[in-house]
Amino acid sequence: MGLLGSLRNSISRVADAFFESNGEPKRIGIYGPPNAGKTTLANRIARDWTGDAIGPESQIPHETRRARRKENVEIERNGQTVTIDIVDTPGVTTKVDYTEFLDHDIEKDEAVRRSREATEGVAEAMHWLREDVDGVIYVLDSAEDPFTQVNTMLIGIIESRDLPVLIFANKIDLDEAQISRIENAFPQHETVPLSALEGDNMDEVYDKIAAYFG
Amino acid sequence: MAGIEHETADGVQIELISGQRMRDKTSMEKIRMILDDVRDGNIVILEEGLTPDEESKLIEVTMTEINPDDFSGIEIESFPQSAAGSGNFLSRLIGGQSSNAKLTVIGPANQIHSLQKDETLIRALISGR
Repeated sequence: MGLLGSLRNSISRVADAFFESNGEPKRIGIYGPPNAGKTTLANRIARDWTGDAIGPESQIPHETRRARRKENVEIERNGQTVTIDIVDTPGVTTKVDYTEFLDHDIEKDEAVRRSREATEGVAEAMHWLREDVDGVIYVLDSAEDPFTQVNTMLIGIIESRDLPVLIFANKIDLDEAQISRIENAFPQHETVPLSALEGDNMDEVYDKIAAYFG
Repeated sequence: MAGIEHETADGVQIELISGQRMRDKTSMEKIRMILDDVRDGNIVILEEGLTPDEESKLIEVTMTEINPDDFSGIEIESFPQSAAGSGNFLSRLIGGQSSNAKLTVIGPANQIHSLQKDETLIRALISGR
């Protein structure tokens, strides 16, 4: 094959790769600290548009210890369909102490096993963030202080990778919820209030997902 | 610290690491040095902090090293880049080299009782080993 033929094939391969990747659903990672309601949100979205849940929800921290993906979630907004893959990730932290699980009536052996799985899950979540997601939904508990180092670091990591990000202020059904605190913590990003548990404000949630990730 | 034998009493050792010392290291060398120090029970203070990518890897490597009977992870706090690293007004005005430096404190989670931060102060309450 001559030089011109090789060049034509290379261009064709690059063009194919570009259009194929553009045709695939974007992988949207759901990130945030433990117990912010990430799995509740992922389940709400998955149930609303596919009828199936993604994983079990719990009050115990680190219930989600493996990243789980729900593929081809088709969200319809204003006559258009946006297709995304939802990746529900373990809550990110810099420490895991197995004794915290003992407070939830879990035996020591089980607590140690859970803490090992949790550490693997957080490492996996960081890997997904660096390599495998196209956009991020960052979920925070509106009743908790958002000014934590983990939140600051993760938002910084997401911004450094130029990933589109939406901040979801979850649990607005709680009396202690303060959406303004989250808006003030990350004024450079749009904050969407919601209750994934109660299904409050989900119309706006889907409008924003379609606008940001469609 | 490598190559130096310490006779230490019970207490907490604080390592203040200059930006210059970190500048020539690869990301993994920085992370390894930080975690080795922290796992020895030391508090590490970085003059210039880490990049977002290095912070991401620090979390990942920390997670792989957590051991229920030995090491439960790290506490970390840093000043935001806008406060610690954006340079003075004049340097920004004349387009001087900007810096991403952010003073960062890292320590073992099981020894740091609290790590608080406001805009100008990081306060750590630390127990001995």
